[in-house]
Amino acid sequence: MSERLSSEAVMKVARLARLAITPGQAERYGEELSKILAYVERLRGLDLSGVEPMATPLDTPAPMGADREGGEAVTNAALMGMAPEVHEPFVRVPKVLGEGGGA
Amino acid sequence: MSGLGVVASREAVLGRKASALELARESLARIEAVNTRLNALTQVFGEEALAQAAAVDARVARGERPALAGVTVALKDNICLDYGLTTCGSKMLAGYRSPFAATVARRLIEAGAVIVGKANCDEFAMGSSTEHSYHGPTRNPWDEERVPGGSSGGSAAAVAAGMCAASLGSDTGGSIRQPASLCGVTGLKPTYGRVSRYGLVAFASSLDQIGPFARDAADVGAMLEVIAGHDALDSTSDPRAGVAAGWMEAAPRRLKLGVPRQARSAANSAGTAAALEAAIETFRGRAGGAEIVEIDLANIDSGIAAYYLIATAEASSNLARLDGVRYGHRAKLSPGEGLEALYSKSRAEGFGAEVQRRIMLGTHVLSSGYYDAYYVTALKARRLIKGDYDRAFAAGCDAVLMPACPGPAFKLGEKLSDPLAMYLEDVYTVGVNLAGLPGITVPAGFEEVGGRLLPIGVQLIGPARGDEALLRIAAEFQRMTGHHRRVPGGA
Repeated sequence: MSERLSSEAVMKVARLARLAITPGQAERYGEELSKILAYVERLRGLDLSGVEPMATPLDTPAPMGADREGGEAVTNAALMGMAPEVHEPFVRVPKVLGEGGGA
Repeated sequence: MSGLGVVASREAVLGRKASALELARESLARIEAVNTRLNALTQVFGEEALAQAAAVDARVARGERPALAGVTVALKDNICLDYGLTTCGSKMLAGYRSPFAATVARRLIEAGAVIVGKANCDEFAMGSSTEHSYHGPTRNPWDEERVPGGSSGGSAAAVAAGMCAASLGSDTGGSIRQPASLCGVTGLKPTYGRVSRYGLVAFASSLDQIGPFARDAADVGAMLEVIAGHDALDSTSDPRAGVAAGWMEAAPRRLKLGVPRQARSAANSAGTAAALEAAIETFRGRAGGAEIVEIDLANIDSGIAAYYLIATAEASSNLARLDGVRYGHRAKLSPGEGLEALYSKSRAEGFGAEVQRRIMLGTHVLSSGYYDAYYVTALKARRLIKGDYDRAFAAGCDAVLMPACPGPAFKLGEKLSDPLAMYLEDVYTVGVNLAGLPGITVPAGFEEVGGRLLPIGVQLIGPARGDEALLRIAAEFQRMTGHHRRVPGGA
């Protein structure tokens, strides 16, 4: 799977990651990422037959907690205070649905 | 120069020999004197610290005995406080005010600690030098042309420079243990799950742990006693007990240490090699004897590769929430630009190059067609790496002893042009995070470079949930040596 990440491939990954990069940056990131991907190729040399993937060091899953009612909550005011643009009581964003909208 | 440590501060305040207010003023004065040059703290909480200290004095006057009474502490800036800014060293969160405090912060304040400021770090904890911070680099107190290590460089430097008695950092691939080594202080990454991550801005959720820096193991242990323990707000928090009382007493009579064959690498600096051998000799000379055995961490060479696949994959997911919508930096859009541009431009403007690199790497290795070859392969390699440590402990080793990093502090700018060169700093530390084990760095010697003495630490690694035993071994080492007592520019 060793490959040099082309600028096109980098632009595709950048789109998936929602990162706006220039063609110049794509070129540079492509070189750097290709070098790192070449380095991680060494994992292909391992004998991984029968080895279970390990996603977490925890050996037991988290126990379920009892439902609780009430308690501390972050206030609306605190949350709205953080938002970059507001139109009370909403956070203002570009058009999402309908004509001209979309992510 | 340096103020009192953790235990000494508490004893002084509880014994009415000093007030918390006096200790806080001393800390703030020291910060005033050295922080502009070092840039260890990006925020100093002068007023808040004095108010907290006064409250502690009032509690002590009422007969209370808070466990960390008057202990001055800095928090890495990826740990949320409900006052001040939590920037994570990033332009993306340069103005972010958290509406809630991290569990560790609440526990420290409840225990009478005084928070003097937020410590500088690599952006979103991604780095090994604290050079990737939006606030500029932190300088090593031992040589200001050199890095303090990273990503918790500010936390390590603050303790080394005597700005505070202790600090908290976070460690995902070595970000406590490596800066501890480079700054000549003691730093612990606890067993995964011992310390709540609630309020720690997530980098890699299966690897991150918050841990203390202080000048010795006893002080680190005093901090761990307060911050460790189950937290219902963190679903990865270990439901088993917190730190039991009386854990510091009685070093075990027999000690068996495993030294990996791979620890004696040709890549180690002369000082690193010498400090390791000296540490081995120190342990050999202990009362009760020590058995030093060679162990085989056969998969250590796979650690960096597995780590940079897993950590970046998890980071790409965790940092997806930073999208310019609800908080953080939002880009100005041109007419006709819509939601996708909002996300992409905000993130491109808000994140530095290293963070962007890691997000893209993580996105790539999780994407369709690559997921099995990269991410799942790395998860399997992770299990092999853990297996090497399990075998050492099953064979009776109380701890594994090896360097924390390949050399002393390098110069600012030296490793910036090659990301991979920077990643290789982590060769001795990443495996411990992958396995979820506790690891501590203790000062173990010095290396003379360019006419300056630079600290070198050694790392001890214990079995899961063996943090207390690890601290006892570290404390014993420090009773037999004096490296941890030395301070920059002084005796």
